[in-house]
Amino acid sequence: MKMKTLAAMALGATMAAAPAMAELVIPDLSYRTGPYAAGGAPFSDGYQDYFALLNARDGGIGGEPVRIVECETGYNTEKGVECYESTKGEGALIYQPLSTGITYQLIPKATADQIPIHTMGYGRTSAANGEVFNWVFNYPANYWDAASVAVNYLLEENSGDLSGKKIALVYHNSAYGKEPIRTLEALSEMHGFELSQLAVDHPGQEQKSQWLQIRRERPDYVLMWGWGVMNQVAVQEAANIGFPMENFIGNWWAGAEHDVTPAGEAANGYKSLNMNRVVDYPVLAEIQSLVHDAGNAAGDGSNLGSVLYVRGMYAAMLAAEAIAKAQEIHGVSDVTPAMVRDGMAALEITEARMAEMGMAGIGPEFAVSCQNHGGSGQGLVQQWNASAGVWEPLTDFISPDKSVIEPLIAEDSAAFASENNITPGCL
Amino acid sequence: MSADFLYGIEVVINGLMAGVLYALVALGFVLIFKASGIFNYAQGVMALFAALTLVGIMEGQVPFSHLINAIFGTSIHHFGWEVPALFAIFLTVLVMIVFAWAVQQFVFRHLVGQEPIILFMATIGLAYFLEGVGDLMWGSDIKTLALGLPQGGSIWVEEATAGLGGDDFYGFFIDKLDMVATVVAIILVISLIAFAQYTKQGRAMRAVADDHQAALSVGISLNFIWVLVWSLAGIVAMVAGIMWGAKSGVQFSLSLIALKALPVLMLGGFTSIPGAIVGGLIIGVGEKLFEYTIGAPYLGGATENWFAYMLALIFLVFRPQGLFGEKIIERV
Repeated sequence: MKMKTLAAMALGATMAAAPAMAELVIPDLSYRTGPYAAGGAPFSDGYQDYFALLNARDGGIGGEPVRIVECETGYNTEKGVECYESTKGEGALIYQPLSTGITYQLIPKATADQIPIHTMGYGRTSAANGEVFNWVFNYPANYWDAASVAVNYLLEENSGDLSGKKIALVYHNSAYGKEPIRTLEALSEMHGFELSQLAVDHPGQEQKSQWLQIRRERPDYVLMWGWGVMNQVAVQEAANIGFPMENFIGNWWAGAEHDVTPAGEAANGYKSLNMNRVVDYPVLAEIQSLVHDAGNAAGDGSNLGSVLYVRGMYAAMLAAEAIAKAQEIHGVSDVTPAMVRDGMAALEITEARMAEMGMAGIGPEFAVSCQNHGGSGQGLVQQWNASAGVWEPLTDFISPDKSVIEPLIAEDSAAFASENNITPGCL
Repeated sequence: MSADFLYGIEVVINGLMAGVLYALVALGFVLIFKASGIFNYAQGVMALFAALTLVGIMEGQVPFSHLINAIFGTSIHHFGWEVPALFAIFLTVLVMIVFAWAVQQFVFRHLVGQEPIILFMATIGLAYFLEGVGDLMWGSDIKTLALGLPQGGSIWVEEATAGLGGDDFYGFFIDKLDMVATVVAIILVISLIAFAQYTKQGRAMRAVADDHQAALSVGISLNFIWVLVWSLAGIVAMVAGIMWGAKSGVQFSLSLIALKALPVLMLGGFTSIPGAIVGGLIIGVGEKLFEYTIGAPYLGGATENWFAYMLALIFLVFRPQGLFGEKIIERV
């Protein structure tokens, strides 16, 4: 009897521990605690809620339910790697590390484990070269695209001529913050503007020196590569010195609601890039009714429709479309990570498809290939309307200058290939 | 006068103002270390917790609402009322006093006589515990501190000084919030000194700081004094949290302001209130002036953090007890 009970318990435990066979497992490396939680929570809510919508509305993707495995990284690289190691055994199909630091650590690991990584608008820029980074994708745009989009926007604003203009880059003094420097230096030479660089040390709570320097030097425009508290302080300091907000442009990680609300009305007119358009999409109403009202929201529901929520939802949509593509290519619904990689490499996002999904115009149209894992690189400019409390899209999607970026990507990825004995080629 | 020279003066003035903000954080460390010999690693988190509590009370937020909703499936967030700023500050002070009592009752009362390193470790645990409790109580989103504190450069100062230089000089920039912080810090320090000098509890606090056993032998309750000191440190943390939170919003990065206080303590000494003030001013001016003259033009900028520690290290080599710290002589 005793043996029977033990055997039954062991069987039960095994069944509980074993991953369910017909499930699409998607880890969510989130950060809902710590100094960067304000950015991590809405992204994660959007990411999870979209998959919950697919489960509730369509029964998952291609008939297979999606199972989210959330792991808290605290935006800490070591914890992020631990999360990867602890979740990959669940049958993880695709990782969205949501941190450049974690991405750099996961590139060799995920490549060895043959699990695709999607780093949307962050991570290693030269991963856009799919022949070197077979398992890493950074569509629809990367940091270097962002720098070029910002300059192209300023060119538009100045009738195509930036010669003699002064542009200051205020950046987080980290690998992330330094990413746009090479591109901006190349663009500075090409267009004849004067580029000054102002580094801000982590975490960025004290920026008086940098903004006094900006007040002294009076640049025409300030670009910002910030994250976390650095963004809120920078917006406040810019307002303090009376810098014209419409000439202050953050990148897409410096353009969420919480980046501007602490400064109140003073933040009105501040601009930022965005890789996805934020408007009231029909899909948000579906999420409200089928996920939130059903009590299945990932968070408390307060982030629905915010900039980073929509970005998380957009990332989930791109992952879901890649899985659907993989199912189509391989003719099976229960896909493996390698099949999802194939789906990502053959992904095509069209305006018609986005409209069909209830998010028309959320991102640019783009097609991924074996060679190009970076997408179109397009981004738009949005502006903060403080009285209405919303980010308003100011432009349509703007293309980057690929003639500047592609040689930089080729150079950097070739160096990576040589350091890691990789022979470039398609899988 | 040349614009460069005038801008140098501007940097010094702003360095002094920044130094006041650093000193505000350092004061809390000094109070606790002086009275109990504990280096309170949780001081930065106390500033965060106090500021979170202040905003939560002002906005009528239900504490632990996320937890309550998760357990009971409810959807409550706010009580539906707003509390006036001054009353909210008063309630926050009460919360910090309760926190001080709880820390004493549940942690340090059980660690009497332990090595300083054990007490330090306990404060590390306390810091992470308090950060987690703050998150559970008030949520992790960034909150706006609507105390109506003035922000932005003083136009009056800018216009009054614009004529001192040529066309390249735009007048001195002085942030109105920094001016308020300076006045608040002055009032706070005078109040603390007056409390320590002229009240019975203050004198008892000084007696404990001088010699625990002697204070105990004349009937002073160590337990009461330590609750008092932690309460005062909590109030100082709240003031620091308000001033820093007004700049960036109240968010979890606030706990990192403690990093700004460490070089101030190394320089000013761990046991001196005037030391914290003077140390803060020296660090503030030193780091800003170094960034202006050498860091930004020659070293690529972002030198302030490491320069502050380097400056403190130099002082430490020549005067280990800090500028105003008590020299410890142990006779064998």
